[in-house]
Amino acid sequence: MFGTGIIKGLVVTIKEFVETYVDDVKKIPSRYRGGREVIDQTQNLSEQSGLFTIQYPEERRKLPERFRYIPMLIYQAETGEDLCTACGICAKVCPPQCIWIVRDKDEKGKPVTRPAEFWIDASICMNCGLCAEFCPFDAIKMNHDFEITAYERMPHLVYGLNELRVPHTYYAKLRPTDYAAEEAARAEEAARKAAARAPGARTAAIAAAARPAAPPATPPQAPATDGAAGDASATAPSAAAAGPRKLSPEEMERVKAEATARRAAKAAEVGATAGAETPTAAQTPSAPAGPRKLSPEEVERLRAEAAAKRAAKAAQESAPPAAAEAGASAAAQTPAAEQVAPPAGPRKLSPEEVARLRAEAAAKRAAKAAADAEAPKPDGEK
Amino acid sequence: MTAAIDVTIEAPAREALPFNDALPGAVLEVTKNGLVVAPARLLELATYLKTRQGYDYLSMVTSVDWPDYFEVVYYLFGVAKPKDGLVLKVRLTDKANPELPSVISVWPGADFQEREVYDMMGIRFKGHPNLRRILLWEGFEGYPLRKDFREPYYEEETKPLKSRHPDGKHLWAEDRVPWHDNVQYPEAWDPDMWTQPQVQYRRIMGADEPMVGSGIQTQRVLVNMGPQHPSTHGVFRMVVALEGETVVGLEPEMGYLHRCHEKIGERNTYLMNIPFTDRLDYISSMSNNLGYVLAVEKLMGLQIPERADYIRVIMAEFTRIVSHLIAIGFLFNDLGAYFTPALYGLRERELVLDLFEAASGSRMMCNYMRFGGVAADLPAGWVERARELVNNRMPRVIEEFEQLLSGNEIFLMRTKGIGLLSARQAIATSMAGPMLRASGVPYDLRRIQPYSIYDRFDFDVVTRPEGDVWARFMVRMEEMRQSLRILKQALDGLPEGPIMPPGKKQYQVRVPAGEAYSRIEGPKGELGFFVVSDGKPNPYRYHVRAPTFINLTSLEQMSVGSKIADLIVVFGAVDIVLGEVDR
Repeated sequence: MFGTGIIKGLVVTIKEFVETYVDDVKKIPSRYRGGREVIDQTQNLSEQSGLFTIQYPEERRKLPERFRYIPMLIYQAETGEDLCTACGICAKVCPPQCIWIVRDKDEKGKPVTRPAEFWIDASICMNCGLCAEFCPFDAIKMNHDFEITAYERMPHLVYGLNELRVPHTYYAKLRPTDYAAEEAARAEEAARKAAARAPGARTAAIAAAARPAAPPATPPQAPATDGAAGDASATAPSAAAAGPRKLSPEEMERVKAEATARRAAKAAEVGATAGAETPTAAQTPSAPAGPRKLSPEEVERLRAEAAAKRAAKAAQESAPPAAAEAGASAAAQTPAAEQVAPPAGPRKLSPEEVARLRAEAAAKRAAKAAADAEAPKPDGEK
Repeated sequence: MTAAIDVTIEAPAREALPFNDALPGAVLEVTKNGLVVAPARLLELATYLKTRQGYDYLSMVTSVDWPDYFEVVYYLFGVAKPKDGLVLKVRLTDKANPELPSVISVWPGADFQEREVYDMMGIRFKGHPNLRRILLWEGFEGYPLRKDFREPYYEEETKPLKSRHPDGKHLWAEDRVPWHDNVQYPEAWDPDMWTQPQVQYRRIMGADEPMVGSGIQTQRVLVNMGPQHPSTHGVFRMVVALEGETVVGLEPEMGYLHRCHEKIGERNTYLMNIPFTDRLDYISSMSNNLGYVLAVEKLMGLQIPERADYIRVIMAEFTRIVSHLIAIGFLFNDLGAYFTPALYGLRERELVLDLFEAASGSRMMCNYMRFGGVAADLPAGWVERARELVNNRMPRVIEEFEQLLSGNEIFLMRTKGIGLLSARQAIATSMAGPMLRASGVPYDLRRIQPYSIYDRFDFDVVTRPEGDVWARFMVRMEEMRQSLRILKQALDGLPEGPIMPPGKKQYQVRVPAGEAYSRIEGPKGELGFFVVSDGKPNPYRYHVRAPTFINLTSLEQMSVGSKIADLIVVFGAVDIVLGEVDR
C-alpha cells in the first residue's frame, strides 16, 4: 500500500523523539542548573539512546587522555628547570612551522642547552602533535586546554615561554598513562647509564644493553639522577649556578629608568599619531590604529614590553648575567603588561618567579579542578 | 602490500617495445615507471589501448615539471583486466610552449584532469573542448606547480625553514604582504589596469547552435547554483543552462577552497604531509592518511607490522561507515528531509569519532598513520568499545536507517530513474567508488588490487545495476554492512605486537628516488597519491587523485534532461567534499 514506507519511517522518528526527551529528563539537574558536568559518552555505547547532546559549556565532554591541542612545555616542578634543551627538533618537524626558538647563551656567548625564547604561534598551529611525538626529551607535550579564544591574534595567540610552561605534575595529571610510560623509560635509561658509568661495570652494562628486556624496576643508582629527569636534569645544577641573581641598586635604577623613558617616548608617539588620525576612534578599544588593528593601549603595552625586553637585553650585554633579572623585573613593573600577559623577558627565572609561576599554575589547576568537580555557580570567565 | 604497477620490460630493439608492432614508433622508451610515448602518436596509442587492449579506465592524469621537460603521466587500468596497470608518459621538451593532444575523445574522464594539468602546469591539450582554468580563477597569472613558481608569502624553497632555530628569527606573514616585494609580476602586467576576463558559457548556452524545433521560441537561461547554496555541500558553483525547468547544460565551477595542497606538499617534508592529508576529505581523514603513507611506503619499501596493518584497516573501515552515514544523511537533506536522517547519522558518527579521538588524539584531523605503522597503539579498552559498536550498536542503527529511509515512497519517487549513468559511461568518465558500483561495475580496489591486508577479509563487492540515485543510496547502505563484516573480522584477528618497525622513530625519513602511485578504495572512491621522490627530504612531486573531483566529471551527463529540482539530488548522491575537490 502506498504510504506504508513513510509510516514505517515515522515510527522511527517518533521513537527517537521520545527517547531524546527521556534522555534529556534524566540529565535535568545538571543540565539546566548551570553546574559543570563532565559527560563521558564512551560508556554503555549500546544503551545510549535518543539524540544525545552535550550542552556546552554547562556540560563538557570527558576528554580522552590523548586529546591534543596546543603544545605546552614541561618544567620540573621542584627545580623550575625546563626539560627543553632547545635542540630544535620540534621546530623542524612542525608542518606549519609555527615554532621558533632562540637558544640561550652563557656569559661567553657559547650556546647552552636551554631556550632563551620559545614561541608558538597558536593561530597557525594545526594541532598535529608531531612536536610532542618527536621530542627526544619529553619536554613538549600537547595540552588539553582548547579554550584559547582571544580578540587579537598578535599578542594573545602568540605564546611565549610564560604561556607555554607547565610543571611536570600538571602533565602527569593530564596524561597519566603516557607519563608513567615515559617515567619508566627514563628510569631504565638512567639505570643503564649509571651501570655504564660505574667503575668496572662495563661488562654489566654491555650485558644490560644486550638484554633490553631486563626488568627496569631495579635501578641501582636511580635516585642519583634526581627524579629521573633524564638528560635535562644533568643541566639543572649548571643552570642553577648560572650566577647570582641579585643586582646592585644603581644598576636596577638605571635599567628601570631606561625602560620607562623608552616606554614614555613610544607611548607619546603612538598617542600623537593615533590621536591625530582618528581622534574619536582612538578612544574605543577596537580602534583600527594599525595594520594589526591594535588599540592604542595595546600598542603602547606591546611597545613597552618590547622596550623592556630590549633594555633587558642591552643590560645583559653590558653587565652579564645578573642584569637580565633587572630587565625582567622592570618589565614586570609595567602595569599594563603585567595585567594581560606576563612579560616575555629573557629566560632566567629567579626563585621568586619560579614560585610565582608554580603558584599560578597550581591556582589555575585548582580552579579548574574545583570547577570540574562541582561548582555551585557558573564562573563566567575561564 | 602489493605493488600496483610494475612495468619493467627489457627491450633491446625499438620494434620490440610494447605496442610498437601495431603502432610503430609510438612507444619511444620503456622506463622503470612507465612507457614513454611520442606526443604525436599519443592519441593513436590511446585509441588502440582502449579498443584493443582493454585499458578502458583512465585512473589519473598528472604532470611533473622536470628540469629538462614536462612529463604528463597517465595511469591506465582496465575494468575487465584489472591486474594490469599501464603508465604512459609524454615528455614535452619545449618548455616554453608545451602542447600535446587531449585524450578526452578516448577517455572522457580526462576532462577535469587535463584542465587541472593545464591550470597548474600550463600544459595545453589540443582538442580539449573547454580548456580553461579549473581550480584557480580566470586571469590568474602563472602556473603554480611549476618549480620556478613562487607564491605570495614565499619564504624558502623547502621546509623546515632555516629561520626558526637556533636564532628564532621570524617574520610575520602580515609583514610579508603578498603585493610587496616578494612577488614577481609578469612583464607588461599592471595590477591597476587588470580586469578579470569574463567566462562565456557558450558551450552550455548553445550560443553556436541554431535554434531548433517549432512552436514557442524559448531562450536558455543561465542560473548560478552556488557557490553559497545549502545544497552544494560547501562552496561550489554549478552554472546551469535551463530551458524552462529542464537542465540542458551544466558546468561545475570549483576551486573556491583551493589551498595549494600539492604545492604545500612539495615544500613540506614527507612526514609533514600526513597532517595535511587529513584536511583533504575532512570527513575521512584516516583513509587519506592510509593512502598517503602507502604511497611513501611503496617508495621506501617498508615492512609494516601485522598489528599496525590491522589497526589501519579498522580505522579505514570505520571511516567508510562514517562517510557513508554522512553521505546518506545529507542526500536526504537535499531531498528536503531536513536534518532528521543527517542528525541520526551524525550521532553515530560521534561515537566513532570518540574512538578516533581516544586512539589518535583528535576527532577529525587524526594524523594517525606513520610510515611503517601508526602513531600510537590503541589505548586500553579501545577494542572493547569498538567491538560493542560493531557488534551491537551499528547493525541496529543501520537497520533503523533502512526502516526510516529505504521504503519511503517519496524518496523512491524522487530517486528512482534519476541521474542515470550506464556502466559504459561510468567507466569512460573515470567514476570511482559507490558511483561506479551503483552502475553495475564490480570495481572495488579492496578486492581487485588488495592493498594493506584486505586480501585476508571476507566481504562482498556491492553493486547495483540501476545506475540511478537510488542505486547509489543502496550501495552505500550495503557497503556499511560489508564494512561491519570486515571490522568484525579485523577486531577478532587483531594480533599483539609492535605498531612500528623496529628502530628509532624517524622524523626525517629517507625516501629513495623514484615514483609511486598508490590507490586505495576510499569511502568516496579511488583515492590515489602520486609521489615522486628525488632522494631529498621533500617530495619532488606530490599529487592527489581526489575521487570526488573526478566523480564530478559526469555530473553534466547525469543531470542533462532532468528537472532542476532533481539536479540537487543527483549532485547530492555524488557525495563530494569540497576540501578534496578543491585541494
